[in-house]
Amino acid sequence: MSLLDTPLWEVIKGSFAPEIWQRLKPAIGETLYMVTLSSIIMLVLGLFLGILLTVTNPDGLIPMKILYTGSGWVINCLRSLPQMIMIILMIPVARLFFGKSYGVNACIIAIAASCIPMYARLVESSLLEIAKGKVEAARSIGSTNIQIIFRILIPETAPSLIRGFTVAVIAVISMTALAGMFGAGGIGDIAVRFGYQRFQHDVLFATVYILIILVQLVQWIGNFASKQILKKRNLI
Amino acid sequence: MMDAYIQISDLHKTYHTHNGSLNVLKGINLTVHKGEIFGIIGFSGAGKSTLARCINRLEVPDSGSIRVGGVDILSLSKKELLLERRKIGMIFQTFNLFEAKTVYRNIAYPLEISRVPQNEIRRRVLETAELVGLMDKLNAYPGGLSGGQKQRVGIARALVSNPDLLLSDEATSALDPQTTLQILDLLKQINRTTGITILMITHELDAIRYTCDRMAVLEDGQIIETGSVRDIFNNPLSRTGSIFARVYTEFQRASEENGSGI
Repeated sequence: MSLLDTPLWEVIKGSFAPEIWQRLKPAIGETLYMVTLSSIIMLVLGLFLGILLTVTNPDGLIPMKILYTGSGWVINCLRSLPQMIMIILMIPVARLFFGKSYGVNACIIAIAASCIPMYARLVESSLLEIAKGKVEAARSIGSTNIQIIFRILIPETAPSLIRGFTVAVIAVISMTALAGMFGAGGIGDIAVRFGYQRFQHDVLFATVYILIILVQLVQWIGNFASKQILKKRNLI
Repeated sequence: MMDAYIQISDLHKTYHTHNGSLNVLKGINLTVHKGEIFGIIGFSGAGKSTLARCINRLEVPDSGSIRVGGVDILSLSKKELLLERRKIGMIFQTFNLFEAKTVYRNIAYPLEISRVPQNEIRRRVLETAELVGLMDKLNAYPGGLSGGQKQRVGIARALVSNPDLLLSDEATSALDPQTTLQILDLLKQINRTTGITILMITHELDAIRYTCDRMAVLEDGQIIETGSVRDIFNNPLSRTGSIFARVYTEFQRASEENGSGI
């Protein structure tokens, strides 16, 4: 069904047709797979980079100017590339790792390269929020730097880290949709092939519903988790 | 004659900022005896906090020497410093509790990082919580406590590893008068029962008068007077007396300018 020859209302009604959703099912699976795997990679490496930035900051636990400036510069470079260009740039890298430049796994590399630096910055700003006094107290007790990072810094800023992760996962979702354009599969791929190339607007609408629900769900879970922690700690 | 427990000599510290350098400590000499409560009073900016932070090397002074219980603090290696810090408790104006941990875990933290066995941690935490009167709050989070209760947690956390010295950096300055009195009483009681040496940094004259045995007055990075609290307060010619008389006048003038009066 196309908006070119069918009224909007009919297209909307058509977008709930079972055969459309049957076709979308594997795509939803692919998208969830890409989002989950990319988010996990982003969480681990983003946390690591964010901690590195915070700790090596001139006012941080272990000031290391060269490392701080260097990693900050690399992150800024990666962040200045639009997501689409990052996908194109990562095509040869994906071929190196997986032997092919298309498909679900290949796109995870591009998503990671684009979203890790962003999440690293979010982690950095969360970690910098911690009251200086808490770190000072931990130092006065005789904590090592590793103990301060894992026993104080991360637990104390957990609600904020979770909120940042929520924002980042939503960025990952939007990027998986874009990667569909470049043969990544998933919902984005369906939207492009049917909605854009074949004017099947009922299919396009169906992909929009899925993306909206997915983003709402992630945001809700993130807000809920962060709020529960604050509530438990009697901070709200 | 009592032992000199803390011995500071010719301590200098300068901060270098964007708007030039700030000479915070200008040759501090100070001796604190074992088991006494020693007060350091001064206005904000006098260098009190910096001085306290030099003692456990949260700040590194430019020159001079600090000995605590015979240990030369400034020559310790990083590893030795961590171990030495575990023998020096510190409490703060802003409490600085760990909000992600329950009261129990806050108090237990210094022992956890020293790899003390769990049952020993439990015994020490309960003992210390009993001492500061927090037995009914062990499972609460600091976020739900009053200021006085928070500072009790701070004190318990500082005391749980049986330190020989407690540094108190404006510990009562954020508390109301009644709570201040309770906390000061607690510090006095702990000093009596455990013999711990307490170095109390404050700008509150009353807190010093109520708690301390001896005191030093810090003005503009220098100690201008040292002696027993009684001597300093009873001598109308002491410089401290004149300084705080001056403060009082300034305060009166400021409040008159604001139209509120005293």
